[in-house]
This record gives sequence, C-alpha cells and structure tokens, in this order.
Amino acid sequence: MPEYTLRIRRYDPQAGEAAYWDEHQVELGERSSVLDAILKVRDERDGSLGIRCSCQQAICGSCGVRMNGKPGLACNTHLEEAARRGHGTGWNPPEEGQRNTLITVEPMGNMPVIRDLIVDMDAVHWTKIRRVTPWLINKEPVPEREYVVPHDNMVDVTQTMACIQCGACVSDCLSMEIDPLFVGPAALAKAYRFVGDPRDAEQFERLKDLSEDEHGIYDCTHCFNCIDACPKGVDPMSQIMRLRRIAGSDHEIKDRNNGYRHEHAFVKNIRRNGLLHEADLLPDSYGGKLHPNAVPELVSSLPTVLTALARRKVTPAKALLHQHKAPKEVKRIFDEIEGREERVELNLYVTGYEDAPEHAEGEHGAGEREPPEESSQPEPSVPSGEPEAPTGPPDKSPTYPGPGEEGSERDERSERDESGDSPSESEDA
Amino acid sequence: MPSHDVLIIGAGLAGQRAALAAAECGATVAIISKVHPVRSHSVAAAGGINAALNPEDTWESHAFDTVKGSDYLGDQDAIEIMCREAPGEILWLEHAGVTFHRNESGHLGTRAFGGASAARTYYVADITGHAILHVLYEQLMKQGQLVDRYEEWFTTDLLQDDHGRCIGAICRNLRDGQLEVFNAKTVILASGGAGQVYKPTTNGLIVTGDGIAQAFRIGARLMDMEMVQYHPTTLAGNGLLITEGARGEGAWLLNAEGDRFMEQYAPNKLELASRDVVSRAEQTEINEGRGFEDGTVALDITKVPRRRTLEALREIVNIGRDFAGVDITREPIHIRPGQHYIMGGVKTDTNGLTTIPGLYAAGEVACVSVHGGNRLGANSLLDTLIFGRRSGEHAAKQAAQIPMPTTPSSRVDETQANIDAIVGREPGGRRIAAIKDELGEAMNEYCAVFRDADGLAKAHEIVRRLKEEAPKAAIDDRGSVFNQDVIGAIELGYMLDVAEAIVVASLERKESRGAQFRTDFPERNDDEWLKHVDISANGADVPKVSYSPVTITRWEPEERTY
Ligand SMILES: Cc1cc2nc3c(=O)[nH]c(=O)nc-3n(C[C@H](O)[C@H](O)[C@H](O)COP(=O)(O)OP(=O)(O)OC[C@H]3O[C@@H](n4cnc5c(N)ncnc54)[C@H](O)[C@@H]3O)c2cc1C
Ligand code: SF4
Ligand code: SF4
Ligand code: FES
Repeated sequence: MPEYTLRIRRYDPQAGEAAYWDEHQVELGERSSVLDAILKVRDERDGSLGIRCSCQQAICGSCGVRMNGKPGLACNTHLEEAARRGHGTGWNPPEEGQRNTLITVEPMGNMPVIRDLIVDMDAVHWTKIRRVTPWLINKEPVPEREYVVPHDNMVDVTQTMACIQCGACVSDCLSMEIDPLFVGPAALAKAYRFVGDPRDAEQFERLKDLSEDEHGIYDCTHCFNCIDACPKGVDPMSQIMRLRRIAGSDHEIKDRNNGYRHEHAFVKNIRRNGLLHEADLLPDSYGGKLHPNAVPELVSSLPTVLTALARRKVTPAKALLHQHKAPKEVKRIFDEIEGREERVELNLYVTGYEDAPEHAEGEHGAGEREPPEESSQPEPSVPSGEPEAPTGPPDKSPTYPGPGEEGSERDERSERDESGDSPSESEDA
Repeated sequence: MPSHDVLIIGAGLAGQRAALAAAECGATVAIISKVHPVRSHSVAAAGGINAALNPEDTWESHAFDTVKGSDYLGDQDAIEIMCREAPGEILWLEHAGVTFHRNESGHLGTRAFGGASAARTYYVADITGHAILHVLYEQLMKQGQLVDRYEEWFTTDLLQDDHGRCIGAICRNLRDGQLEVFNAKTVILASGGAGQVYKPTTNGLIVTGDGIAQAFRIGARLMDMEMVQYHPTTLAGNGLLITEGARGEGAWLLNAEGDRFMEQYAPNKLELASRDVVSRAEQTEINEGRGFEDGTVALDITKVPRRRTLEALREIVNIGRDFAGVDITREPIHIRPGQHYIMGGVKTDTNGLTTIPGLYAAGEVACVSVHGGNRLGANSLLDTLIFGRRSGEHAAKQAAQIPMPTTPSSRVDETQANIDAIVGREPGGRRIAAIKDELGEAMNEYCAVFRDADGLAKAHEIVRRLKEEAPKAAIDDRGSVFNQDVIGAIELGYMLDVAEAIVVASLERKESRGAQFRTDFPERNDDEWLKHVDISANGADVPKVSYSPVTITRWEPEERTY
C-alpha cells in the first residue's frame, strides 16, 4: 500500500498559540479518501484532531476542506488524486518525474476557523443562505393536489437542489475574498432553486432584490472557482449567469452596479468589433461617453488608464481607436442566436450526460464531452433581443412554465421519449 | 435556562417535521442536533417515499404490503394510520417545495420498490431524503421566530422529575463545551438509528443510537430490537448503499455464474421481493460458493437504459465511480447484504408517546411498530414524517395543558462530573476506535443475516467485555472547543447499550421471522412468537425481557411468499 504524508493545519483556540502544521505518515490504498487518512490518524494516534464528518459518501456536506490548495470534500477525494494536485497548484510540487505523496489539508477559506479543520459555517455560509429568502413562496392558489409543472423544470431545479451546503465553493470564491458581503455562489445557487421553480410566486421580486443589492448577482467575477470546487455539479456560477439572464432579459431589471447595462454593452461591443474594445466598454456600460452617469466613472478610472499607459499595457492609439471590425462569422452567430424565438437555456444537469457518445448521433453535437468538462464550459450569455425592445416575461400558462426555457427543453424531452426508457414511467398516474 | 413547551432532540426528518407541527399548533419549540440539521443522516436516503396517492392505488394495498413485509409483526393500527395519512403528507411536502419527479403530464411520477404491489414510491432523482431534509430546513428557517434551533448541541441525558415524568434534557454546546439544562413540558426524541453498532454499515458516523440508549437508561421500554435490516445492495469495501431504486428501475442480481438467482427464491417479485428475502438469498448464494471471491454477488444496472440511470440514479453513478471505481452504466457492480436500518427502538403508541410520561419518540429511534420484522424500502421516510408530525402535534397539545416544570440548574452537576472524569482519564486504555471496531465486527459476524444461539452468546460475551473496557478508553483531547474525543467516548457507551439490547432480544426470539433468521429455529412460529420482544434496563445487569402483543386489525397472518 502506498504511503502518504498528511500535513494538517492545526489550531486550538484554547492553547493560546498560533496555528501550526502537524505531519503524519499514513499507509492506505490509492482508492482511499483523504478523510479515510484523517480518520486513521484520529482513530489510531490523535483523538484531538478536529474535523466534521459523517456520511463518508459526499452527501452530508460536513467534510469540506482544502487539499493541496483546492477546496472539496475530504471523503470523495482520493489520496492519489489529492497528491497529484501537487503539480501545478504551487503547493509543494514534486520534482519532475517524481510521485508526490505529500497532501496538505487545511480548513476552508473565507470562513473563520473554530478549531483545526472546523470552520464557522454559520457566520458566513448560512448567514448568506438566509439572505436569499431560502424557502418557497407559494404561487396562489395552492392547488388541492400537486402543482402541475413540466418534468424538465423539476429536473432543472433539482440541479441546485442537489447542493449539499458544504461550503467548498464559498471557500475559494474570489469575489468574496475581496467583498466579504458578496452573497456568494452557494446562496445564489440556492436563489436559482426558487427563481427557476415554477411554483414560486416571487421570481421578479427575488431577482430585483438580488440585482439591486450591490453584493448580489452582478458581484461575481466569473472566476470559475466555484464550478471547480463543487462536488455535486451544482455549477454555482452558471446558476448566477442564469439569474442574470432572467433578470436582465426577461424582467429588464436595471441594477445599481450597472451590471445589466455592462453586459449589454459587452455584447454590443463584440458585435461591433469582433474583439473587445475596452475603451468603449466602460462608457457604453454607463450609457455612452457623454451620459451624465458615465462621466464620474470615466474620471474615476483615469488613474487606472494612466497606469496602464505608463506600463505600456495599452498604447494611446489602441486605447482611442479600435481598428478591428467584426468578421462575418461573428455577425452570423449574433444573427442566428438573436433570431431565435426562445433563449436556449441548456440544462447542464442532465444534458451533459444525455449527449454521451453512444447517444450522440444527430443530437446537439456535443460529442464526447463528459459532464465535468461540460460543466466547466461557460454558458454563452445570450440575450433574447435588444435591451431597448421590451419582450416581456414569457407567458404564464396554467401549467406554471419555467423561466423561459420551456421550448428548448421540450425538444430534449421528446428525444428522451423516443428512446422509450424508464420502465416505471408507464405506471405513472 | 432555555424553557420550551416542546423540546425536540434530533433534527433529521422526524425531528424537523415534529418541530414544524408543534410550532403550527402554537407551542414554543426548541430543536437540538449534534450536527447541523442538514447533515443528519436522513440526508442519505436515496430511493424515495411511499404513498398510495394514485387514484388507482389504495391505502389498504399499501398497508397490506407493509403488514406482509413486516412478516406480520407490525402493529396494524399504526400501519393503517401511516398508510392512510401518507398521501396528504406527500402533498404537504410538495407544497413546501420538494422537487418531486414529474411524469409526462407534469403530475407526480412514481417508481417501483421492493415488496410493493404497485409503483407508489415518490422520489427526487436518487436524492429523495436530501431533498426533503433540505426543504424541511428551509421551512425551519422560515419559522425562525417560532422554533429555536440549537445546532451542534449534543444531548447527554434526559431529565425526569420525582414522578418519573420527562421534563427536559442536559445538552452540551459543542462549540464551547458548556452544559445547559433544557427545561421542557414535553420532550420528543428524534435522534435516529444506531447503524454504527455494526461495521460495515450504510449509516453515517453520527448514527450511534444515542436516543435509544438515553431512553433505555431512564427506564423506557425498547421493542423489536432483534430486527436489524440488512440491505441487499451495499458495496463490498465500505458498506455504502446502492439504492433499491436501482432494482426498482430494473436492475438484476446475478451470481458469479451469471445466473439471475432470484428466480429461485422469489419467482414472482424477483429482485423486488422484501429486503430480508433478497438479503438471505444473496447470503445463501455467497455461503454456498456461487458468489465472487470477495464475498459478493453482482448488481447489473446496465439493464436500465443509460439515460434513465443518468437522470434518475445519478448519485449512485457517482458512488460507483468515486468509491468502487466502477461505471455502473456499463458494467455490473459487486454488492452484498450490509447493515442498514434498525426496525426496533423506543416503544411508542401511535401518537409517539413512550412508556415514560412526557417523553415521545419518532423516526428511526422509535418503534411504533410499523416495520415489524422487516421494513419495506421507502417506508422509513414516511414513518419519520407521519409519526414526527403526530408526535409534534400531540406533544404541543399536551404541553398546552400543563405548567412549565422547574428544574434546578444543579442537575448538570452529575453530567459535568461524568465528563470531567472522561477528560481526566488515565492514559493507557484501549483506543475508542478499536473498541468500536471490535463491536461492529462482532455484531456483523454473529448478529447478522443468519444467527444462532452459539454465535449470539459469543456476541453477548464480547459486548459485556467491551462494556468494561469502554470506561477506560484513552482520551487525547482535554479541551472544550469541539472536543469530539469526549463525544466519541459518550457515544461508545450508547452503542454498547444498544448492542446488548439487540443481542439479548435476538437470543430471546427463538424462531425465524422477518430480518431475524435463526438457523437453529429456521421456521416462523406464530403460536409462540407472534408477539413483540420488549427490552428494559436492569441496572448494571443484563437487560430485562418482556413481551407485548401484536395489534391485528384486519390481516391475519398468512404464509409469506414473493
Ligand atoms: C443510505 C441510506 C439510504 C436510505 N434510503 C431510504 C429510502 O430511500 N427511503 C426510506 O424511506 N428510507 C431510507 N433510509 C432510511 C431513512 O433514511 C432513515 O431511517 C431516516 O431518515 C431516519 O430519520 P430520523 O429523523 O429518524 O433520524 P436522522 O435523520 O438520523 O436524524 C437524527 C438526528 O438526531 C440528532 N442526534 C442524534 N443523537 C443526538 C444527540 N445525542 N444529541 C443531539 N442530537 C442528536 C442528529 O444530529 C440528527 O439530527 C435510508 C437510510 C440510509 C442510511
Ligand atoms: S465564479 Fe463568481 S461566485 Fe463563483 S467563485 Fe468566482 S466570483 Fe465567486
Ligand atoms: S454549490 Fe456545490 S460547493 Fe457550493 S455549497 Fe453547494 S454543493 Fe457545496
Ligand atoms: S462525510 Fe459527508 S460529505 Fe464527506
């Protein structure tokens, strides 16, 4: 059995001493988890080593930690996998050609440490969850029996329902590091769970609230850390992007951070130039160079521009003139996407698997992509029309349709039907 | 000192449902859990929850399946209540926000489950328990004004007044080690099962039988403790569960020779016979040399269309990949019977009241008994919710009629002394984990799918010895902030009490019924054993055994075949 060195961050608040590193050699099979190794140390050598854990199967969400620099669950991270991370993470990378056996285990970030690997989830994570009104606000009238809602909508919100509240995404959220008040990935994914739920009565109010909060949906910097960290495929960042699209395109909610206009300016910018022309982006985001709102923003960003000029990151010519014109292909993509009647909202939760190779023929052409890769693709931001032309929210038929995604998902559903699977479906009421 | 009308110990499905029901009845409520509520082991429940909600289905059919599944040991009055109230409970959950699977027409859809004559299991992919638990917690957050949550507080002892009435509990705040008396007019135990008494088990590390032992120690009766469920499909190495939903979706069981052996044991229901039947069939195949070398048989999920597996059994795809290195959509996975559920527990009536006044119990900690000798898959979530709610309502109404007890805060002194003694132990004892492992392995060897008097006697001897070693087990942590070492020592004591109750009850029942198969008494014997075995405390001595009758309302015992 291979031997690993566990290097565990320890902290005892009663000792009156700073945190320190504690090293243990453990022999365990490669398929054993980091939690197995930690528990081996605790069971056999040091019962004072603190870590929350219970299920050992990645469902209770107790055992979030950082392993060789990356947040995740100790119970579903194999020792070998954690050790391999030594490469490239800057964490004690092994010599070329050497196998790394050192695994550093630390408490999660962005949350205060209570003891050893135990962090104060309530002070940060749960406080943010409580911020998003985390319960269903029932659409009236509440039916006598169940709400009748499309199959795919339930599958869709089940992706965010699958969140185990482990905090791994919160641990390494870049925005939260800068702005501790940022509502954050897990809480915003939780918000989508209601925004995307056709049974909820307050989609608009929820989105308005989270758009207007300057620490809300437009405070995310798209760093992908939460998608990387999440052990359950919740893809918090993708959910945040969906919240933005529903807020912006379906409800036309203008936020205080100017995120809505910024997104539209961005799209316009690319449509025009093919490549991003940053000098236009900022003023456009504020309504054009001469717009009263833009002036103070432009003035306040002058120092940054000057520094960039001084460091030769940009040249005056590049900053002011942008020669690049969007190639035809870019225009074609725009035309095609904007010409669609419904916004295509991929349901990553199921679609990623649906397009597995053996079923791929004739489907969306996603080919070989397996879910982890699939989920690390940014969803294209696809507004359904010009911002100025109000399109109105999708019509609300009596079956409580989801947020403007019925059309595309119906198609997938009928593909599923053709395969005639699901033995139990036939017994459905 | 916190004082509440209703104090609930445990925040799994049973506890949270009880809290919401009690609050709705107007009671002041506290709910305590040794882990954050959403970490409770209900979160691991995968397959689904039963209810006869389809117009074509009837609660009588559900009840009969449950009675038959219980091998006629279930109390039929309780079973009738559970099955009648099930449809309403599912709708309540749906309205509270559970994202139940929908069929083509957008209505609730079902899947098939073992021992059931209709597909009546409602589900959320294979995270049903998780989805319901998180939705209940959403509701608890919503009711934050009405329900006080004490998260990461550990209950050590139940308190009684001079007349034996339960008037609260002593709890330790894990964050700082402080003990506190919780004063209450009524107490509901909802602290879950005791799977950690076995090794391996599908249950989480926190499932240590605390409530069963606490109630037992203050004189409550336990019932059906010999009935320990071995689930037919657990992973060989670590005991992780592959949900019955897999067989519900159409997976097959195969022995090493590639035979679908259930054809011999349950020609009609095949893989979807009752769990006790399927587990015994597998164990027989393994014992008779038709299993794989690692002591397993195979579960072939490739029989289920891959897309369906990926949508509806996603969690076990991950479990197969992460914990066994197997892609279950492409190859069979090796499984064997493993400890999963404990049908027995603290004896209650249909309102959840135990034999101790003021003390209720609901969920896996309790025994109503709706599961009797064998629980049907997807009936446990239902049990936790129905009897959690009923206990909450009944306790709240009781509380409205009685004054708040007064408990001197000096009642913590004894508990404090016990904890100080643990922290101050001399070094040199065995490690807690070593004692626990020995216990779990002994139980899994002698008190499992097949049992006999000799083996059980051996198990009892081991338990008695471990009971002497446990109070001297080594302690490394002398602090008070998240001292999990001390908690581990206290839990070990609970587990040993529960283990002894299981062994004594198993020795007592000299017949084979449901999950109890005695190779020395291989037949069911209704003349002598159509009765519950009750266990109660007897000081430091071996627990006392007594009996109580089985309630039969309309289904007389018959021969049981699938
Ligand atoms: C892997 C798995 C899959 C399952 N699948 C299904 C299924 O598909 N369908 C089905 O019907 N059933 C299923 N079951 C069974 C079912 O999940 C459980 O029986 C049920 O969830 C138990 O719920 P509970 O509320 O009684 O206890 P738990 O959910 O175990 O909750 C116990 C609570 O008590 C608290 N607690 C315990 N001790 C103390 C203490 N000393 N102090 C303070 N708090 C304490 C805990 O913190 C926790 O909050 C499954 C079980 C397992 C293990
Ligand atoms: S993508 Fe956004 S929410 Fe996710 S970690 Fe980065 S900043 Fe945080
Ligand atoms: S979104 Fe993922 S990483 Fe974040 S708390 Fe939920 S399960 Fe954990
Ligand atoms: S122990 Fe439950 S998620 Fe790791």
